[in-house]
Amino acid sequence: MRRALWVLAVLLSHWRRHKMQFATLLIGLIAATALWSGVQAINQQARNAYDRAAATFGGARTAMLVAPDTATFPQELFVRLRRAGWPVSPALEGRIQLNGHSVRLLGIEPITLPADVGNAPRLGASDLSSFVAPPGQTLVARETLADLQEQEGAALPISSGAKLPPLHVLPQLVPGVLVVDIGVAQRLLNKPDQVSRLLIGKPRGKPAPLASIVGDQLQRVEPNAETELERLTDSFHLNLTAFGLLSFFVGLFIVNSAVGLAFEQRLPMLRTLRACGASARLVNTVLVIELVALALIAGLIGLACGYFIAAALLPDVAASLRGLYGAQIPGQLSLRPEWWLAGIGISIAGAIVAAATSLIKAIRMPVLATAQPRAWQQRQRRWLILQSLAACAVFAVALLLLRYGVSLVAGFGVLAALMLGAALILPALLDILLLMGQRAARKPLAQWFWADSRQQLSGLSLALMALLLALAVNVGVSTMVETFSRTFIGWLDGRLAADVYISASDNAQGVAIRNWLKERSDVQAILSGGRAEAQVEGQPVELLGLPDHALYRERWPLLETAPRAWTQLVPGNAAFISEQLSRRLNVRVGDVIEVPAPGGTWELDIVGIYADYGNPRGQLAVNVAALIRHFPQTPRTRIGLIVARENIPGLIAALHKQFALDDRSVADQATVKAESIRIFNRTFAVTSALNAFTLGVAGIALLTSLLTLANSRLPQLAPLWAIGITRPRLAAIELAKTLSVALFTSLLAVPLGLAVAWCLIAIVNVKAFGWRLPFHVFPLQLAELVAVALFASLLAALLPVARLARMQPANLVKVFANER
Amino acid sequence: MLSIRNLSKTFSSAGEPVHVLRGVDLDLKAGERVALTGESGSGKSTLLHLIAGLDAADSGTILLEDTEVTELSDAGRAGLRRDRIGLVFQQFNLIPSLSVADNLAFQARIAGRHDPAWSRELTERLGLGSLLKRYPEQLSGGQQQRVAIGRALATKPSLLLADEPTGNLDEATADDVLALTRDLVARTGCGFLMVTHSLHLAGTLDRHLTLHAGRIA
Repeated sequence: MRRALWVLAVLLSHWRRHKMQFATLLIGLIAATALWSGVQAINQQARNAYDRAAATFGGARTAMLVAPDTATFPQELFVRLRRAGWPVSPALEGRIQLNGHSVRLLGIEPITLPADVGNAPRLGASDLSSFVAPPGQTLVARETLADLQEQEGAALPISSGAKLPPLHVLPQLVPGVLVVDIGVAQRLLNKPDQVSRLLIGKPRGKPAPLASIVGDQLQRVEPNAETELERLTDSFHLNLTAFGLLSFFVGLFIVNSAVGLAFEQRLPMLRTLRACGASARLVNTVLVIELVALALIAGLIGLACGYFIAAALLPDVAASLRGLYGAQIPGQLSLRPEWWLAGIGISIAGAIVAAATSLIKAIRMPVLATAQPRAWQQRQRRWLILQSLAACAVFAVALLLLRYGVSLVAGFGVLAALMLGAALILPALLDILLLMGQRAARKPLAQWFWADSRQQLSGLSLALMALLLALAVNVGVSTMVETFSRTFIGWLDGRLAADVYISASDNAQGVAIRNWLKERSDVQAILSGGRAEAQVEGQPVELLGLPDHALYRERWPLLETAPRAWTQLVPGNAAFISEQLSRRLNVRVGDVIEVPAPGGTWELDIVGIYADYGNPRGQLAVNVAALIRHFPQTPRTRIGLIVARENIPGLIAALHKQFALDDRSVADQATVKAESIRIFNRTFAVTSALNAFTLGVAGIALLTSLLTLANSRLPQLAPLWAIGITRPRLAAIELAKTLSVALFTSLLAVPLGLAVAWCLIAIVNVKAFGWRLPFHVFPLQLAELVAVALFASLLAALLPVARLARMQPANLVKVFANER
Repeated sequence: MLSIRNLSKTFSSAGEPVHVLRGVDLDLKAGERVALTGESGSGKSTLLHLIAGLDAADSGTILLEDTEVTELSDAGRAGLRRDRIGLVFQQFNLIPSLSVADNLAFQARIAGRHDPAWSRELTERLGLGSLLKRYPEQLSGGQQQRVAIGRALATKPSLLLADEPTGNLDEATADDVLALTRDLVARTGCGFLMVTHSLHLAGTLDRHLTLHAGRIA
């Protein structure tokens, strides 16, 4: 044991004399662990929220009975089933408008609620009486209370004028849902004696078959392992995971580079240890212990950094998930012990993977192996060939996935294979470019410049691969976001047709406002809309009522249309379908969709497909008059106005005064557009932050590689200094060499990044969101990103170059002294 | 103390076998100081490596006191070097990240035989007292080689093997270093086998052997 400790002390003494290398190793491990753990923390937080949502008083985690065609069914079926011994409990679900927020309202029947409905919050006996006895309670999560800016105990009015029972906080409840007694829910949602589903508990004995009691009016739905929300958000989390994984690998590149160099520098030490009688097994064991100990320390620091990264990004992620999918994620980070253990584990595993080649070399090293610093340079050619062959194989995998893959995972597979292949082939491409430079050079110093750049390539290749990947991801994601941004703004211009939007508190106020507006000369047109909800082929679908007005015909953005589409819409038997719903249901123009409506099935011919970016729910656009005929309960509270620009402020002020409307109930087009763009930008704030992190880590990788290479480069530079090239000039040449390989890498990253963007737009986005965007290239943005990469490379090169410029001649002379 | 019989070793170079040692016989008594010379490539260093267990012989025997070196495993050979052999190389092979004091004590510590009194005496005799806190890169070649000799003798080995220990030193320094080594070998009573190119230095030891064409001439 004491012997092992002495060997460990000797190995550790290397780091004391090579502090920068030690810092490099730790930075690599910390960066890898931090970014990976940060992303995992965010994903875990979101998944916990989905679990809570799924388990809310019998969500998708519980077996249930639903009507096959309609959103609700008569409560009388519940009574029949209970009498027949079925342990069922009714629930009614809908949405209400509260303080300008659309909130999910869930009515439950607590007496019959099965005890085993997932991990639903329990209602104790004392709570039960408060919940059911008048005035009752509205159970709410603390986060929702904060969102609504209300206090516990408040009895809030909803848009219909009715009041909710007093709010009562139930800590375990998922955010974004209000839970009331089913009787209250039926009244508030205006669905007397109606039920959305029956939750099934554990039966005692064997009840009669379902069909014998309710016929085919109800069907059993088995609990899902994965909820709809989880399915929808999978892509988002996969995106985050991909970023985390990329940063993790870039971090490991740094570790690999640091460990590789440390091993080469410690070869003489290892040989001396062996010569002095430390056995190979002892030395190798202690090498592994040293690595694991370092990974443990770095892992703990990385986890702490990951926590702060996650905490900083979580509000934006929560906003993105709410904006894109309507998912409610608490903004407060809470982590489980497994996260900490997994973080430490990934740090240790990553360190061992990154150091594997060095460890294997150490294990196989014969005791008489000559110390050959940077011996891998001599094997560079063989490695280049092997790496290039591996790159070709990976590209082939990408092509196969592109040709035959159908899932989102296959889309990410194409991306991963493309980037891995490009990273593998980069050193070979750079070698060819530098060789061409060498052959074209005439002057001796220029020839040395290119030849030495080639020799340096093997030491820098991992850092350059990291730079290539980080920059390609930046180019790809930035191109995608910019494409999306421009498409989105253009789409908003068309979609926000009216100049002023009004949301009345109820139908009566809607009528009053319309009558008042008719009298005003500054209002050119009143456009009344409406929204209803339905289930189509098991999917929740929003029905959007559009008024028949020329403005819509001119500006509403349609991707595909049948002839005379707008005219066909007017009678009420045709609809436009949102792009994402058309992909989900596999519906094209000319197909027919059946929508379950209170009065019977509503058959709609699909006459157009429109883009509906940012909407998590599928949507059908129909004539508003037809919508109200089929869904008479549709609130008539949404009003759009056409008003001359100069009259807008006066009209809004008059509306405020006349109807006591606040800013949430009346807004002009510019305000709505600004708010939409703000939400859009926030959605992509996480992407931008992760982009910056990844590029930053790549910059660190380059810096650490250059710093660790700097010392071993002295034997190459000293002879030039000896023949009369000044230190500042040598430093300038070194800087030019670094920048030239960084420039080549950056230029290669541009086409790779555009390929990444194409994959994101044409494959990943379509699979994840259902949107296909037009592909655009933004040359200015590309030039900007290349400039940023070069600037990062310049920063990374400055420190080692400045050291060289200031180096004492004695250090350069020592190179020759050591060669005696 | 050391008895070598019929020792052979062949290397492969460009696919061709090179017979470096062809049946070497050698005996060395405790306290005896022997110089081994020969032209480059004659197998001097190889012979030293085989005795130290740094490499394995093709055939023959190496008996160090009561231990047959050729029959030892890798761990056994490591133990032999640790406890009973001191090695000095031309390139000094000090550990650059350890101070002179730690380099001196290093082998004795991993052998579990660190003797502070002996360590102090070695430091004094080798004239390293003022250099203990320095690192190898801050020492001259002669100073580094004195540290290497001190490290090799710190365990009081049975046998000191030196592979051209003065090859990197000027003549005066080489004489000083070898004089110190002779004194210390006499003080410990260990056997001493030194490979050298210098006939002058070889002449200062008890016996001078020459290796020629893979055999002791």
